[in-house]
Amino acid sequence: MSILIEADRLTRILPAIVPVTLVRDVSLTVSEKEFIAITGPSGSGKSSLLYLLGLLDRPTSGALKIGGQDTSQLDDDALARLRLESLGFVFQFHFLLPEFSVLKNVELPMRKAGRLSASEMSERAAGLLEDLGLAGHLDKRPDQLSGGQRQRVAVARALANDPHVVLADEPTGSLDSKSSEQVFTILRDLVKKRGKTVIAVTHDMDIAARVDRRIHLVDGKVVSDERVALSPA
Amino acid sequence: MRLILELALTHIAGRGRQTIVAILGVALGVGFSIAMAALMQGTEKDFIAQLVDTMPHVQISDERRTPRRQPAEDLFPAAQFEGLRPKEDRRGILNPAAAFASLRAWVPGRMAQSLRTQGVVRYAGRDIGVSIIGIEPEIEASVSSVAGDFVQGSFDALQAGGNNIVVGDTLAQRLGASMGTTIQLVSPTGQSRGFKIVGQFHTGSNARDESETYVLLKNAQILSERQNAINDIRLRLDDPEAAPRVARQAEAELGYKAVPWQEANESLLEALVVRNIVMYTVVGAILLVAGFGIYNIISTITHEKARDIAILKSLGFTQSNMRRLFLIEGLALGFAGSVVGWLIGFLLCFTLSQVEFKISGGAVGREITRLPLFWSPWHYAIASAFALVSSGVAGYLPARHAAQLNPVDIIRGAA
Repeated sequence: MSILIEADRLTRILPAIVPVTLVRDVSLTVSEKEFIAITGPSGSGKSSLLYLLGLLDRPTSGALKIGGQDTSQLDDDALARLRLESLGFVFQFHFLLPEFSVLKNVELPMRKAGRLSASEMSERAAGLLEDLGLAGHLDKRPDQLSGGQRQRVAVARALANDPHVVLADEPTGSLDSKSSEQVFTILRDLVKKRGKTVIAVTHDMDIAARVDRRIHLVDGKVVSDERVALSPA
Repeated sequence: MRLILELALTHIAGRGRQTIVAILGVALGVGFSIAMAALMQGTEKDFIAQLVDTMPHVQISDERRTPRRQPAEDLFPAAQFEGLRPKEDRRGILNPAAAFASLRAWVPGRMAQSLRTQGVVRYAGRDIGVSIIGIEPEIEASVSSVAGDFVQGSFDALQAGGNNIVVGDTLAQRLGASMGTTIQLVSPTGQSRGFKIVGQFHTGSNARDESETYVLLKNAQILSERQNAINDIRLRLDDPEAAPRVARQAEAELGYKAVPWQEANESLLEALVVRNIVMYTVVGAILLVAGFGIYNIISTITHEKARDIAILKSLGFTQSNMRRLFLIEGLALGFAGSVVGWLIGFLLCFTLSQVEFKISGGAVGREITRLPLFWSPWHYAIASAFALVSSGVAGYLPARHAAQLNPVDIIRGAA
């Protein structure tokens, strides 16, 4: 199993009159095809850690390697490129662009990457959306969809450039239990069927109980990092 | 790049009412400044045109700028003279035919020579002091604006048999004379002759309408007992702006005082400069206000779009992408605004040009005038260039701010 993310004593301190330490000395490695849940009480730094791993934020100290590449020396544009090509994000709120159709939203990262032709992009986007059960909704606007559907569009968008890692920040946080279950199943299938690594921040214990690896944070520190024997599908 | 452009246009299109307000804000600024500039420049041009039209562009008279050096001073340059009695000059332009011919060789435009003298008109027991201007009718018509102001008759009628005269209509009224009346003209030398009125003009300028009379050049010369004398050469140039240059050259060549119209109306033209400063201040203020409007709207959009910025950045869009996105939005609004502004400006100008108003001029009756508007593509170009620059700046500053936003802060804020 190749190592995708390697974090070495990551620390993130918010500069303020009284500096706040969000993440403290976190070291971990993430490999291929892992399904990881980051758990912890509110304010324990789960999301902050996820943003660090997702290159949305820079650590105050510590080193982070993505795909073997040290990111601390990269400038913002290079980080953006890396985000575009090797990482996919799903947030608690779907964060789709409201003016664009579902299909265009999913095409967006591909167009930014600029590798595929227009027809290849829309084909791939449509394929992803159909796989996620949204075949009939390609031309709708995000606000015409239900919360669960929107979150699935967000997952499709995260997969647009075929990243190795999908990072999810409370992906089910604002969904009802049925939709949550659907989204969970989709995330699990990303790992089992597509071979992605999924790192999800959640405080939904039901979900946390069914992943392969659980990282528990308290006050920005990893207090437990346990790999679970494969859960039944 | 096309993707950024599409994003920008979608953003703009997605916010119908705000976009319309933004575009209208720019458009009104552009439109009003175009109309304002057209009106101000139009009235200025109209004013100058009237000035240029009614006056000779260069007037050469038999005066000199500096007193002539006396022969004694030339003979004894080292001596200083007191109480020298100056040599009496022959009045008028010396050797007028040669002077006229030499001017004709190089002056770009038309010219007329005349003899101007003072006199008294006597009719029905009234004496009225007038200027007697001796002219050559066929040339005069091409130089003087009076040719176009005839109420009755024309300059050409002067050439009919007998002694004929053309007078202003106010003068005719004061005398109680009309077409065909023979009036008595008395010159400073005491000559007196009867002239038949064959034409009346109305220039709109009271001073001229009640004191100018035109007779044939030779009649004027006879009246003033100055055979072949000329004391006034008037030039009408193809390009009125060339007047100062032509005047300088004519003065150098002939030695006589040559006054361009700009010099003759210096104080009026100075007033115009002040007016122009006022105009550009007002137009600039309008555009500045429009610029602030653009800034306000773009920065509002940027503010509201903070979430989109976070999303796009999390997807892998760079800071410069974001800057460009909002810069393009600003420019697009500025551009759309200036196009609409052109239309508004054009319609405003058109409407203003249709406004008619009447100026009642005392006894003369009424003249209907329209607002003079000057149409120049420069007004359009400058107004929209200003709109584009200010919308560019208005887009760029919030854009720079937007690009620097940390997506995490926005995502945290939204959660």
